[in-house]
Amino acid sequence: MIRPDAPVLLEIRDLQARVEDQPILKGVSLTIRAGEIHAVMGRNGSGKSTLSKVLAGHPAYTVTGGTVRYVGDDLLSLEPELRARAGLFLGFQYPVEIPGVSNLEFLRVATNARRAGKGEEELDTFAFEDLVRERLQVVQMDPAFLERSVNEGFSGGEKKRNEILQMALLDPLVAVLDETDSGLDIDALRIVAGGVNHLAGPDNATLLITHYQRLLDVITPDYVHVMAVGRILRTGGKELALELEERGYDWVDAELAALERTPAEVG
Amino acid sequence: MVAASLSTPTAAAGAGPGGWVTALLAEAASGADALAASRERAAQALAQTPLPTRRDEAWRFTDLAPLTGLKPSLLSPAPTAQPEPAGGSLRLTLNGHSDPLAGINLPAGLEPISGDGLSESLGQVLAATGSAGLWPVLLNGATAQNVLALRVRGTVATTLELVSDAGADEGILPLRLLLILEPDASLEVLQVHRSGGPNLTSVVLEARLGEGAELRHGLLAPGAEAACLLATVAVEQATGSRYSGVSAHGGWALGRLEPRLVQREGAAHSALKALQLADGRQISDTHSQMVFEGPDGRLEQLHKAVADGQGRSVFNGAVQVPRAAQRTNAAQLSRNLLLSDRARIDTKPELEIVADDVRCAHGATVSRLQQDELFYLQSRGIAADQAARLLLRGFCEEVLQALPAAAAAWQPLASLLGEQGR
Repeated sequence: MIRPDAPVLLEIRDLQARVEDQPILKGVSLTIRAGEIHAVMGRNGSGKSTLSKVLAGHPAYTVTGGTVRYVGDDLLSLEPELRARAGLFLGFQYPVEIPGVSNLEFLRVATNARRAGKGEEELDTFAFEDLVRERLQVVQMDPAFLERSVNEGFSGGEKKRNEILQMALLDPLVAVLDETDSGLDIDALRIVAGGVNHLAGPDNATLLITHYQRLLDVITPDYVHVMAVGRILRTGGKELALELEERGYDWVDAELAALERTPAEVG
Repeated sequence: MVAASLSTPTAAAGAGPGGWVTALLAEAASGADALAASRERAAQALAQTPLPTRRDEAWRFTDLAPLTGLKPSLLSPAPTAQPEPAGGSLRLTLNGHSDPLAGINLPAGLEPISGDGLSESLGQVLAATGSAGLWPVLLNGATAQNVLALRVRGTVATTLELVSDAGADEGILPLRLLLILEPDASLEVLQVHRSGGPNLTSVVLEARLGEGAELRHGLLAPGAEAACLLATVAVEQATGSRYSGVSAHGGWALGRLEPRLVQREGAAHSALKALQLADGRQISDTHSQMVFEGPDGRLEQLHKAVADGQGRSVFNGAVQVPRAAQRTNAAQLSRNLLLSDRARIDTKPELEIVADDVRCAHGATVSRLQQDELFYLQSRGIAADQAARLLLRGFCEEVLQALPAAAAAWQPLASLLGEQGR
């Protein structure tokens, strides 16, 4: 839902980042307003997953330039947990297994951390159980998964559902979903996408990182951005994703080659 | 190997430690109780056995010298506050002096062993497991004033809780335990040993499992600053028996656990799960020994350790598979979490395999908290220190959840991490 007067939630300006000595992001700019759904597409290695991790504050990535304003704050100066408490959510491409930590307790601690960030009071175990059982329906998840260790022994689809369950509990302002569609069969994809659609509203925003059009068949983006070699090459509406699907990524290479010839026009 | 090294004279066995032992023996000798004769024999052996030093292989990483800084007298600790026992468990409080069975109605299947039965049985399992000459066992034998000895018949539905608290006073608390499980008997036991001051808790448990018998055994030992623990668990298994030992100790200035198991004819099942924690300048040590004396025996062993601060964790896991022990199936895994640059972990499997048709797997890992796990938790709003705590807890729970259910009342994790008031 595009409303030009909606408040800006996330404003990325010329973001540059590296992992170890390898520059990955080479100047990404992107503005996301409340109510919008953005999709970032691109080949493996284009930097789209790095963008999501840098936004969430992964310690392996070093920001070397640019700014990110999040609801008016300097996002990059915040510790990862403070970003989360302020409502930034990263749905992991590969959710991490944590043996010995019960999923239910993890969800409760995380939910209460976010509630504290919103100035709401913590939920006790009983109130939280009620909430989690209600939110389980968003992803049609079996309550038995609450009793297990975080993601341990979950199938790919179960892990992704658990991510969306966390999103449903944490009530983010900006949800960044990294390859949420990878490893999902068509039924699981529908359930996960249904959850995302259910949670998207006029006051929040979603940034989908994806390789394939198929996720965008079930979640309609307002904007599609194509990334290559650490930059956003082109931005368009949902028809850009269809174009990518039809023509593949080869034209991106051609466009890149053209850019290389006329570097002065970049940025 | 152990006996040889213990009999080697060492420089440290000079006037200091020798004098300490003499003073202790003088106090412990009195009394004409059931243990008088065995105490006298142990005292003689102890007087001739120098205190092990770090030149002895079995004590290479663990210095016993601080023991001789403790007051060489016997403790008789006053009762301290305890959590309510769980339903279905019988708690016996051990203070080294009073008869823990006084005024107790034992559940069906349990009966005290005394008189000739006791003198015949006491020490047999120690001998069978090669434990009789160990210094901590000699110290216990030379000082213990009584023994809790029980015979088990049939299935005992009640969990037996054997509990001690050395308290805040200086001295030594020797505790001696004997369990004889008749064929097909079944029992669950939980030992809980605590302390709150500069003292030594010395525990020796002997357990003999008849054919087809089953012992589910937990040992929870949260220590305190300046407190020491030396615990030996000697288990002799007949064919078809099952022993499952789950232990957790930590928080002791010096805490050492020695599970020593023997399958006399093989064809038995042994499982050991252990967790030990060392923070500050603490030492947490486990020396386990499993001996298969016949074929078709099984061992599953998981040893987990956490070292933080300048803590030191030691694990030595001996497994002996002589020629008679064909078709033995043994697996040992040591998993270690190193939380500080100044902490230290020494872990060593010690497999002696002579039989040729066996499966013996062993492995050891030492790691820090995983960055990806920490980041995942942080990305959900959980602060770094709380995330580290959750991961640590997850690491420990794998072992703690295997303790007998009665352990929950003692809040195993909180007590081991020193998170609760005494």
